[in-house]
Amino acid sequence: MQITSPAFKSNVAEALADPHLQKALHFTRPRFPERRAAAVAALPEFETLRDIGRDIKNHTLANLDFYLEIWADNVEKSGGQVHWCATADDARAAVLAICQRVGAKTVTKGKSMISEELGINEHLEKHGIEPVETDLGEYILQIRGEGPSHIIAPAFHLNREDWEESFRKTHTDLPADRVFGERRDIMVEARTILREKFIAADVGITGANFLIAETGSSVIVTNEGNGDLTQTLPKVHIALASIEKLVPTLEDATSLLRLLARSATGQDFSVYTTFSTGARRPDDLDGPEEYHVVVIDNGRSAMIGTEFQDMLRCIRCAACMNHCPVYFTVGGHSYGWVYPGPMGSVLTPSLIGVEKAGHLPNASTFCGKCESVCPVKIPLPKLMRHWREREFERHLTPGAMRNNLAIWGWFARRPQLYRAATRVAAWGLGLLGRKRGRFSWLPFAGGWTDGRDLPAPEGDTFFARYARQQRHKS
Amino acid sequence: MSRDAILGAIRRGLRRGPLPDDQKLALRARLDAHPRHLIPARSQVPRPAQVALFIANVEKEFGSVTRVPTLADVPGAIADYLAAGNLPAHFAMAPHPELMDLQWALLQPRIGRAQPSDLVCLTQAFAGIAETGTLMLPAEPTRPTTLNLLGDIALVVLRASRIVGPYEDAWNWLRARHDSTTGGFMPRNVMLVTGPSRSADIESTLELGAHGPRQLHIVLVDDDPAAIA
Repeated sequence: MQITSPAFKSNVAEALADPHLQKALHFTRPRFPERRAAAVAALPEFETLRDIGRDIKNHTLANLDFYLEIWADNVEKSGGQVHWCATADDARAAVLAICQRVGAKTVTKGKSMISEELGINEHLEKHGIEPVETDLGEYILQIRGEGPSHIIAPAFHLNREDWEESFRKTHTDLPADRVFGERRDIMVEARTILREKFIAADVGITGANFLIAETGSSVIVTNEGNGDLTQTLPKVHIALASIEKLVPTLEDATSLLRLLARSATGQDFSVYTTFSTGARRPDDLDGPEEYHVVVIDNGRSAMIGTEFQDMLRCIRCAACMNHCPVYFTVGGHSYGWVYPGPMGSVLTPSLIGVEKAGHLPNASTFCGKCESVCPVKIPLPKLMRHWREREFERHLTPGAMRNNLAIWGWFARRPQLYRAATRVAAWGLGLLGRKRGRFSWLPFAGGWTDGRDLPAPEGDTFFARYARQQRHKS
Repeated sequence: MSRDAILGAIRRGLRRGPLPDDQKLALRARLDAHPRHLIPARSQVPRPAQVALFIANVEKEFGSVTRVPTLADVPGAIADYLAAGNLPAHFAMAPHPELMDLQWALLQPRIGRAQPSDLVCLTQAFAGIAETGTLMLPAEPTRPTTLNLLGDIALVVLRASRIVGPYEDAWNWLRARHDSTTGGFMPRNVMLVTGPSRSADIESTLELGAHGPRQLHIVLVDDDPAAIA
């Protein structure tokens, strides 16, 4: 996938000015948090399970080398093959080699973010193999030549008209005057067309939500069933998985699955949670004859032992972006690569470099909502702050920002002066904004106030109020 | 080699070499014991309530359930369901002994895996998980995976004695299995199915029947006296 993260600011300007995108964002924004909240409220143990999820992932990461070896042995014992790939290039080559060996013409694909990260589709196309995305959202994006804007709802930025228009343009052998009366008609057309693709495909490629060391299994989670058709019908199944997907046992995976769907879509459990272990057994009537797992590092191992190791706990539920005020203002494409929202703001600099992705960890209000909903308790704001520090240390932060930070730093190191200055500012702004309680415009802050209002101070500073309360207490 | 490069990089990050033997033993013991974590209380209820929870969860996820007293009543229940839905009497059926032994009368099951042209498919469930109304469908020669996926209508026979509270109980049943080709217990494929296929990819609005079945209907056989309220 092409990287436009360095152009984050102009991406955002375009996104804010795009009425179609803003309509879709506005429509979806309240839905994710409502659904998650309802699922969490129905499971009193949810908060305790978050601690358990965090601990399972931490335990696995601390012993990742050991569990990976056990897992690989068990894959091979059950008739599967493991392809270890240190880089994206290695992984693309491994996938292509399997497809070429079996003479594949078309490849169906289940939804996989690591596949986007590796650019599998482009690579297969370059070598004359047709990849077909089968997740409804990914399918329309493939038709339109776009990347996903969300890790579990890849095409929610499109409106119904966009689907209809793209389908009419692409499915030209269907009657041009057909009517799409409701959303269902769009889905039925995609279902019919993709059914043929599933049957014709030579190879099926899926991602993996988990790898299980104990059994050598890979796990996918879908609602549509496209991942299952992808991995069941062709003669070869390739699962793509990065190293941090590993957990030790079925019980560990089960505990994380209790968190995953609730955090993602607000379902208690996804419709299809499927464990694949090896290839078709001698007497089986269906299933692939070959089972391959391409296990990928591509920058993960370099995060182990650093302040960013916690990010490797991520189970890709999307709760962080679903609750992020910045994400729902600018949309997923603004982030400029595969992973958007708070998790992307931490992961993207790790994988493509902070010099390209430095804007992302700065695009946060640090409201902390992402961390509060993360099923494995990743301290996302703290990790974004670490990236800001690294960026500053490497002198990648823009001059104006460095100067302003220096001015703030000068005041902050002189508490009396700092308090006096903020007292004057709070009093002044409070006086000016007394009538409306907020400012829709401020000098030198137009870029900030264009998108939202600044609440007016109520005439007092935090310090003054804190001191007053302490006096009242004593 | 990539394998060594990846393992080496992980160990460098962890600031250690390969784990010492005593720590490996402790981790192997954890794998062998596969300890359970917190099990939600919702499914830890008496048998009749567990079965009721299973049914309520299936229905919450847009599936449907018919209860019948014995296995012999299954063909009748299926005939009624097909007739009510104006569906044909022929369907693809898993070659599972529990289904093969039944008298199908006017119905016309075709034994084997599903074909893309099959409208209705019938299979047998290994277990039902009350916690979320989930079916466990492990692939076996007698339980082909395609039957779970290719039909528009998925029919599943489940015995009430096979309903457990949490997923972990069903895993333990599966652990009792032995696969002579792999030496392990896991079948090639284990599907946990919760309701019919769906998607919310078009304008974040839920529609049923995306790629898999549009309907999931379970015929629940009351073979467990303790489960009948």
